[in-house]
Amino acid sequence: MTESLHLWLIPVFPLAGFLINGLAGRRLSQRAVSAVALAGVVASFLWTLRVFAAARGVTEPHIERYFTWIQSGPLQVDCAFYLDRLTLVMLLVVTGVGAIIHFYAVGYMEQEGGYYRFFAFLNLFMFFMLVLVLASSFLLMFVGWEGVGLSSYLLIGFWFRRRSATDAGNKAFLVNRIGDFGFSLGMFLMFLTFRSLDFKIVFARAGEAAPATITAVALLLFMGAAGKSAQAPLYVWLPDAMEGPTPVSALIHAATMVTAGVYMVARAAPIFSLSPLAMDITAGVGLLTAFFAATVGLLQTDIKKVLAYSTVSQLGFMFLALGAGGFSAGIFHLMTHAFFKALLFLGAGSVIHALAGEQDMRRMGGLFKQIPLTGAAFCIGALAISGVPPLAGFFSKDEILIHAWQRWPALYALGVLTAMLTAFYIFRAVFLTFFGPSRLSAEAERHLHESPAIMAVPLAVLAALSVAGGWGASIFEHWLEPVFAGAARELSISGAGALEAISVAAGLTGIGLAYWIYLARPALSATLASRAGGLYSLVRNSYHLDAIYGAVLVRPIVAISTEFLWKVMDAGLIDGAVNLVGRQSISAGEAFRRMQSGNLRSYAGWVVLGAVLVVAAMGVLVGGM
Amino acid sequence: MVPVSWYLVLSAVLFALGAAGFLFKRNIITIFMSIELMLNAVNLSFVAFAYYWRHIGGHIFVFFVIVVAAAEAAVGLAIIITVFRNRETLNADDLEEMKF
Repeated sequence: MTESLHLWLIPVFPLAGFLINGLAGRRLSQRAVSAVALAGVVASFLWTLRVFAAARGVTEPHIERYFTWIQSGPLQVDCAFYLDRLTLVMLLVVTGVGAIIHFYAVGYMEQEGGYYRFFAFLNLFMFFMLVLVLASSFLLMFVGWEGVGLSSYLLIGFWFRRRSATDAGNKAFLVNRIGDFGFSLGMFLMFLTFRSLDFKIVFARAGEAAPATITAVALLLFMGAAGKSAQAPLYVWLPDAMEGPTPVSALIHAATMVTAGVYMVARAAPIFSLSPLAMDITAGVGLLTAFFAATVGLLQTDIKKVLAYSTVSQLGFMFLALGAGGFSAGIFHLMTHAFFKALLFLGAGSVIHALAGEQDMRRMGGLFKQIPLTGAAFCIGALAISGVPPLAGFFSKDEILIHAWQRWPALYALGVLTAMLTAFYIFRAVFLTFFGPSRLSAEAERHLHESPAIMAVPLAVLAALSVAGGWGASIFEHWLEPVFAGAARELSISGAGALEAISVAAGLTGIGLAYWIYLARPALSATLASRAGGLYSLVRNSYHLDAIYGAVLVRPIVAISTEFLWKVMDAGLIDGAVNLVGRQSISAGEAFRRMQSGNLRSYAGWVVLGAVLVVAAMGVLVGGM
Repeated sequence: MVPVSWYLVLSAVLFALGAAGFLFKRNIITIFMSIELMLNAVNLSFVAFAYYWRHIGGHIFVFFVIVVAAAEAAVGLAIIITVFRNRETLNADDLEEMKF
């Protein structure tokens, strides 16, 4: 492809929206602010469609260079965009789901203060996410990577008067730093090895490097991915990130930003595929995260927390797919997950909106009759994530499990168990929220209302995508083949039908168990909880991971920082040195000012003395030469 | 021919006299004249060297020094006159208000 596609337009539209709303939004009416924000994402989506129409047949990456960004010795980084079929998928998901969620947010945020600020940040997020997706080198990708981290921080702490929200924002930022540290080290090592950070050059030379180096690069990159995509042990920030407004949770912390790590690993497939160890670690971490996050999700009472742990778990599935060599399966699940998880979050948002901010499922119940549209949308999302055919989640999750089976049957077994847990926790949420007796507070009962059209239509669109999004599975995988040529592991399985039947059975079992425990025998859950005792509280508190981090990492660091770095090093040594210089200057000045006696002849004496000293010094110096 | 060392010795003697007057005299005008004496002692050695080395640099320096000395004399005398008008004294030891 030779003609230019003007890819730069895609991120520039939301950037323009951010600048207009960010600089002038305070003086614009709410209607104008939403018009600007929506125009930014919709224009971006339309341009993406045009690019897709023109470039859906690309086999070789289409690269557009704009200018040289950094030129320093052997390091050259261009500001250039890279388009292949993987980029196209991501672009469509990000701009498409992004646009839908923007529409929803217009309704959801109507009553909130800081309306223009919210949409400015949301557009800023879109800009950085699109830069991340389109980047043609690891460094430019890192720019988008850090940018989405920043927007995520800003939006988690959007309600900045609430202490828990700002704390959650800080936590997300700091935990991500650990992952980004790995990403940066990976880039340094990559530059040392390949003398370039450009995708094309690095991938072309990847085969020449020593296996140990490649493994190190891949593992460091995976560390970055684990931070951004909330994998164990760095997932702790994502559940807290639910402090942000629900559209943010849907867009950033479910559908797009958290999948950046998956995208990055898929993009770096030529590197990962050269290192069996890195692939195994990716798969293992993914599967363990999927399993443990699913168990924690079983016992959450906050509807958004259930979805947060579910997101962590589903991201784990994606890494499992990537690690097992099923790159297109991972990306496929990324796409379907974006649909159904955005749907679930927006559905949860509608519930919260309808109940005037109530998030605790113990004070919900029986809502299906009152808000049937939201209920139906949420149920479709739940069926999709549970892997019930023929919804989207069935196809993508099945694909992943087959890859796991081929790689290592034990992975498969744990994967199926996790799939069952997934179905269980999501239907627990469905039954507690929409069915059974109503446990609403009086205030919520009064407030109860179905969402306006601007929120309902996005739900309907996402519900349609969650149903139909998986139907072209084999076409999709075939279409992505050129991207992962040489990296992907081919599927050669017999008995795929049996495997499919097993995973569907697992999903249905989960749903059935949830029905039995939460609808048929409502008293049973309390009995089970008291029976399980310690295990129950262990799982419910996310294996006390936050407490462990607090005791092992946070508290010692804070203690060392205050007691040693602050009180000894900073106050004692650094300030002390500065103050000492100051005090010495003052006392030296005290001594010297005695010379300023006012007596003319004593000045004359000093002048002569000085002249004599200068002459003497010159005599010594010149005489010495 | 008079050897150059004679000029230098004369110059050194004049300079020493100027320096001594600069240090020990109390009258401002005398101090001022001592400074002029030192300048001219230096001028003398400049001229002597210029003659000895057949080099014009010394002469040029002397002209500069004379110009600066003239300017300095004008400013210095103006200050001295002002001081005398205000204080009715030329004793340097009586003028010591400008101190810490």
